[in-house]
Amino acid sequence: MDYLLIQMLNGLQLGLLMFLLAAGLTLTFGIMDLVNLAHGSLYMMGAYIAWTLIAWTDSFVLGALLALPATFALGVVVEAVVMRRLYARDHLDQVLATFGLILFFNELVRMIWGPAGKSIAVPAFLSHTVEILPGVPYPAYRFALIVVGVIVAVLLAWLVARTRLGMLIRAGASNRRMIAALGVNIELLFSLVFGLGAVFAGLAGLMAAPISSVKIGMGDDILILAFVIIVIGGIGSIKGAFVAAMIVGQIDIVGRAFLPDLLKTFMAPAAASSAAPAISQVLVYILMAGVLVWRPTGLFGQRS
Amino acid sequence: MKDMLASMRTPRGLFTVALLLVFALLPLLTEAFGQRYLLSVGTRIVIWSIAAVSLNMILGYGGLVSFGHAAFFGIGGYAVGILSANGLGSGWLQWPVAILASAAWAAVIGALSLRTRGVYFLMITLAFGQLVYYLGSGLEAYGGDDGLNISRSRFAGLIDLRDKASFYWLCLALLCATLWFCSRFAVSRFGLVLRGAKSNELRMTALGFPVFRYRLAAFVVSGAFGGLAGVLLANEGAYVSPAMMSWVKSGDLIVIVVLGGIGVLFGPLYGTVAFFALEELLKPGLDLLHKGWGEYWQVVFGPMLVLIALYARGGIDSLLGRRDG
Amino acid sequence: MKSKLFGAATIAALAFTLQPAAAQQSIKIGFVSTFSGPQAAIGEDMRRSVELALEHLGGKAGGKKIEIVYEDDQFKPDVGKARSEKLVQQDKVDFVAGYIWSNVLLASLKTVTDEGNTILISANAGPSQIAGELCNKNFFSTSWQNDQTPMAMGEYLNTKGVKSLYVVGPNYAAGKDMLAGVKRTYKGQILGEDYTKWPDQLDFSAELTKIGAAKPGGIFIFYPGAHGVQFVKQWAQSGLNKTVPLYQVFSIDAITLPQQGELALGTLGAQEWVNDLPNEQNKRYVADFKKKHNVYPSYYGAQSYDAIMLVASAAEALKGDVANKDKVRAEMKKADFKSLRGDFKFNTNQFPIQNFYIQETVKDPAGVMTVKTIATAVTAAKDSYYDKCSMK
Repeated sequence: MDYLLIQMLNGLQLGLLMFLLAAGLTLTFGIMDLVNLAHGSLYMMGAYIAWTLIAWTDSFVLGALLALPATFALGVVVEAVVMRRLYARDHLDQVLATFGLILFFNELVRMIWGPAGKSIAVPAFLSHTVEILPGVPYPAYRFALIVVGVIVAVLLAWLVARTRLGMLIRAGASNRRMIAALGVNIELLFSLVFGLGAVFAGLAGLMAAPISSVKIGMGDDILILAFVIIVIGGIGSIKGAFVAAMIVGQIDIVGRAFLPDLLKTFMAPAAASSAAPAISQVLVYILMAGVLVWRPTGLFGQRS
Repeated sequence: MKDMLASMRTPRGLFTVALLLVFALLPLLTEAFGQRYLLSVGTRIVIWSIAAVSLNMILGYGGLVSFGHAAFFGIGGYAVGILSANGLGSGWLQWPVAILASAAWAAVIGALSLRTRGVYFLMITLAFGQLVYYLGSGLEAYGGDDGLNISRSRFAGLIDLRDKASFYWLCLALLCATLWFCSRFAVSRFGLVLRGAKSNELRMTALGFPVFRYRLAAFVVSGAFGGLAGVLLANEGAYVSPAMMSWVKSGDLIVIVVLGGIGVLFGPLYGTVAFFALEELLKPGLDLLHKGWGEYWQVVFGPMLVLIALYARGGIDSLLGRRDG
Repeated sequence: MKSKLFGAATIAALAFTLQPAAAQQSIKIGFVSTFSGPQAAIGEDMRRSVELALEHLGGKAGGKKIEIVYEDDQFKPDVGKARSEKLVQQDKVDFVAGYIWSNVLLASLKTVTDEGNTILISANAGPSQIAGELCNKNFFSTSWQNDQTPMAMGEYLNTKGVKSLYVVGPNYAAGKDMLAGVKRTYKGQILGEDYTKWPDQLDFSAELTKIGAAKPGGIFIFYPGAHGVQFVKQWAQSGLNKTVPLYQVFSIDAITLPQQGELALGTLGAQEWVNDLPNEQNKRYVADFKKKHNVYPSYYGAQSYDAIMLVASAAEALKGDVANKDKVRAEMKKADFKSLRGDFKFNTNQFPIQNFYIQETVKDPAGVMTVKTIATAVTAAKDSYYDKCSMK
């Protein structure tokens, strides 16, 4: 029972981290109709910027707090220099341009910070384990990740459902032309939303850093997973991204934690232990293909 | 005929003819200058061009952005690899099996994926591509992730694929055949329906065309040519590995097609040449400016792609001047 | 526009053709490794060691200048193969060395050794195929065969009396080889075996939770490069570092330690080379490397240094004339050079017959994280595949 609980917490934590990354992606995709492959680069830049600022301020919290406006600024600059020119364009032009940006950012990081990865230590006040149940320890930092993830999700839900900006975001996701007709300053709205997306990506990057490592190309593989999540959820839907991230988080953990034992009940142990990782690697893709065959625009996507 | 001669005198025509001429004479040129390595680069460019042309058939004419096209590299390549590992070395057997297997896979995933549109289509094809990738990694009997060293296909008495020049000619001939097919395809009734459905699906359906079936057929044809490219790639390196079907390769193919010019017959050719030649040129070029800079060539290559996307709508093809009509 | 494009094409043609013709005044070595992307730090360590080897040689061997051409494989087999091909056909190098990854090496092997008839020295990768049925007269290794290091660790665990083990590694060919290696020699009980996604697994919480529940006497891992950093951090953060000791191969080294820091203290690893091996050439290598770069070198670097020294020893014996491949191979087979691991011999498949040591992760007197030899696991070990090799 304890074991099950901890594994579910693991899945929750993974899902929340993925949600942070996916939220920004689905926002820019839904509103600006922008396929941004370079979203993973913002995740990476967030981690590197945080590393620099944490080393400079000698405080995790201070460095992380300073890194957020810095990634926002980076997002706004990238939006103004490149993205703004891409909104009206074909998805394929966007793919080409943002693919170019990935190459650029990866090499830029190597030129500035060098080829070796960087490490952000878990802040001292979180570097112990907490007992979530008597005799069941859980790393405090991972617990903090869950807390921050939930706070951000609630904040975002409030922002989208209750504020004027959220109203424009929802309107934009369902009908792009309408918000232009409302006389809203579109340029400002778009650069704000893109900056916001960059902050979420940067936050995900810097929060993941203490449990992983800050390295070149760290956003490239995880980006695919983020795309999978927003497509399962339905493009432009924050709620969809959240639900999909939770499902993907749990499925990933189930595939790794329970599948081998499950397979052993009806397969030879040797075959089961070699089949389990193969199956768990493709579980999310099977899930996505299944969802799309069933609902071609994702769980919460706009029907065309 | 007169039209063709006239079109050859435009900058685009001259450039294309010059490009094809260089391709045709490459083995002689590399021999004359003692640059055998250039022939290998040329061979890879030709093979990738076949794959890019095959992707252009659905992406360019059909508007269907497949992000799993490298899977056909893998299926074609592994069909050759697995047969050759089991002692079946004849190309007369390997090649048809490889192409049929690719077409069959295209039929299955096409039937499932074509229910979706736009980015959803892109992602579902990615998912199927990843399935094949992990399947390849799981083939422990055939090297798993390490890949598999194979012997090249045998066509007894006809052609020796180990000879670099003959292999190059063969690839080039197949590229020309693929281009010829694609040009017929583009102007055929079939191609017109496909292009019509790209710009207005509703109208084509209303006109009574079974758009889904047309698209599926195009997807299968495209997959078969993709498989052919995989067969050639396996024979070029005498090696197959799951890496040849990773999503990065699918992405490279899309980038190549967009870079060259979408829905243009020779676009994939321009794109592939640019994609490969830029790497080979930027590195020594930057090293000439300052020793050691060559390593950072992607810092220049990346923004170049951005600029092409921003300012050259229609890719390299559009740089060759306006198209009439 | 047209003229511009043709201009570019002409420059392209010139850039290709005006490469200087291969002059026989120098000995040319191509070096293939990963210099970009997340694993570039390994390539950088190797390059620094190659440069140091050149410096120690005075840039010359057998009276001729040594010239190195570096090529980046981008961690991709097809790119590695194309770059190797360029080295052999365009740069016309006399030797090709390097190769971190098994799949890159396997993709490049035939191009270099058969089609190019060029001698290849692997400074890291050692897939079983090349030790066995694919062995080649033009292939030499200054590292090891993949299974050997974990097998040495298994032997050590037996002598230490570790009763049970949980093994974890990435789900790709080398990962499976490594776990199979430790299982071959380890005689205790295997409580669990997990394979994780490669290369994109970020999180090991599910596996660590399983390990915590299984309560094994030790964990054995194989996670090269950045993945080693992630696993070790998460193992320590989960609190398992207080209850279950970590035994590893290729997961904690001079490249990863700056990031793992004190979290890695006390873990044990196996390796054929350690920075404190007490021979003169090793002392000099480590001291000079540290002086130059302010960090410890890793086994990747040491193996690369040895690869250059091996080439230099053959060139020296042949007075700089490396044109006759038969003579070069005969000289190289003698392994007549001062290896950083101490003297070793080549087996029939041209892999080293060598010792493997156990290291503990410690802090040096200056407070820098490093590894220290604490035991010899096996002596004069041969790999398990050489009898499948046709060379006798």
